[in-house]
Amino acid sequence: MNKREKVSFKKLIPLWIYLLFLLVPIYWLINMSFKTNTEILGGLTLFPRDFTLANYKVIFTDESWYSGYINSLYYVCLNMVISLSVALPAAYAFSRYRFLGDKHLFFWLLTNRMAPPAVFLLPFFQLYSSIGLFDTHIAVALAHCLFNVPLAVWILEGFMSGVPKEIDETAYIDGYSFPKFFGKIFIPLIGSGIGVTAFFCFMFSWVELLLARTLTSVNAKPIAAVMTRTVSASGIDWGVLAAAGVLTILPGMLVIWFVRNHVVKGFALGRV
Amino acid sequence: MSKVQNNKAWWLVLPVFLLVAFSAIIPMMTVVNYSVQDIFDQSSRYFVGADWFRQVLQDPRLHDSLLRQFIYSGCVLLIEIPLGIAIALTMPTKGRWSSLCLIVMTIPLLIPFNVVGTIWQIFGRGDIGLLGWILNDVLGISYNYAANASDAWVTVLVIDVWHWTSLVALLCYSGLRAIPDVYYQAARIDRASNWAVFRHIQLPKMKSVLLIAVMLRFMDSFMIYTEPFVLTGGGPGNSTTFLSQTLTTMALGQFDLGPAAAFSLVYFLIILLVSWVFYTAMTHSEKN
Repeated sequence: MNKREKVSFKKLIPLWIYLLFLLVPIYWLINMSFKTNTEILGGLTLFPRDFTLANYKVIFTDESWYSGYINSLYYVCLNMVISLSVALPAAYAFSRYRFLGDKHLFFWLLTNRMAPPAVFLLPFFQLYSSIGLFDTHIAVALAHCLFNVPLAVWILEGFMSGVPKEIDETAYIDGYSFPKFFGKIFIPLIGSGIGVTAFFCFMFSWVELLLARTLTSVNAKPIAAVMTRTVSASGIDWGVLAAAGVLTILPGMLVIWFVRNHVVKGFALGRV
Repeated sequence: MSKVQNNKAWWLVLPVFLLVAFSAIIPMMTVVNYSVQDIFDQSSRYFVGADWFRQVLQDPRLHDSLLRQFIYSGCVLLIEIPLGIAIALTMPTKGRWSSLCLIVMTIPLLIPFNVVGTIWQIFGRGDIGLLGWILNDVLGISYNYAANASDAWVTVLVIDVWHWTSLVALLCYSGLRAIPDVYYQAARIDRASNWAVFRHIQLPKMKSVLLIAVMLRFMDSFMIYTEPFVLTGGGPGNSTTFLSQTLTTMALGQFDLGPAAAFSLVYFLIILLVSWVFYTAMTHSEKN
């Protein structure tokens, strides 16, 4: 037994190296976020010598900083709700019925996931300006639907195809109407699928910057765009920049913790 | 599963269709509109036909960044796909370690793109970064991503490997998890070598997820914008200026709407074409 454990440990060494490779840059960011700027520029230290929370204090007390976080979370959640609520019925249709142009429609949806955001920058800017939605959270949420809705449909369709059709038929025979069946029976059955979809919608909306930055100026400015503020006349405020970076990683980590078991299942369906 | 023919299902798809059409077709038509007109202001615009396309297709800037883009995406795929498979094969399947691995590997995927750039900016700088310090002062390799073109290029590539290999690994891992144990038992009875197990059991079973991984990585690396922009701003020189950045400079920086729109369409068509090939290959392999 002991011997076997040793062998498997040795086999895992490349994996540890890889995980280390993933973590070291993040460690450096966290390390730097607790240092003062004089220490950062003064020389290399593996652990903060003057441990300070001043960088975080700057972020939590300055409204232009923390409102960036609120804005980002706001439009990400908005996007998640919109994407899920339109994608659920559509995914059901794709998984249960054949209809005119279904395959073409599906591929067309996927092509939107392939469109480079850079292509859409200017037209989006003009479109949302002309309907008066520029610099609002809903504009960013709608723009992110461009790539999140197709993805949500794609993932959900995979989960729904795993639910046997007999369940639908039995429910209809028992006298359930479609909305009642959908809400009371079907949605609980694909709960983990909805979790996985929400996770991916969160992820892609949270990490996107190009569209979010172009469509906002003041009121809905995302944190990622606020971070460019650290560059000032006196150089870059490295400590605050690092602290802001650490704070953008945290929401993601929370989400991972909640869905860690479902995500593999979601991947396993060969979607995403 | 057999599906029922029912055109009323369109009602269920309609919200998605309207929403995506609103944010895809209208902007796309704007782009098409720009690409065939010369626009001075609201009132004076002239139809120029395919002039912008001709101009853009002969533009050396486009050729350069297109070439750089293909080399870059090729390198990304060549490194990340084999590495991802290798990692997926060594990942433990059960217990605490496996969920720890999963969590650690998912972290880079959830960091905003520009923060990824910032992390590596801080990490790689010669004066304040651990990597820059180790390379320059400990190993004695002169490394400066801001001044040296090849250093910048390699750094952008390493960032992508750091950022996205996990996605490939997770996809492969879930593909591997879907293989029933009996397959392995049969292989053990036949005394199949590790290589034979990989070649004849694991690889075929991973095929569909691998195609998705290749497709996603191709598409996303082809659209890369933020990381090089934050790290190097496309420099030094033009060494890390990829297609998206060339396009945004053209559209928002110089406001050359016509050429930029024509460029956008060409750009989109390239991605569409390559993705269509992958998609057909994927659905084809699902059928078999």
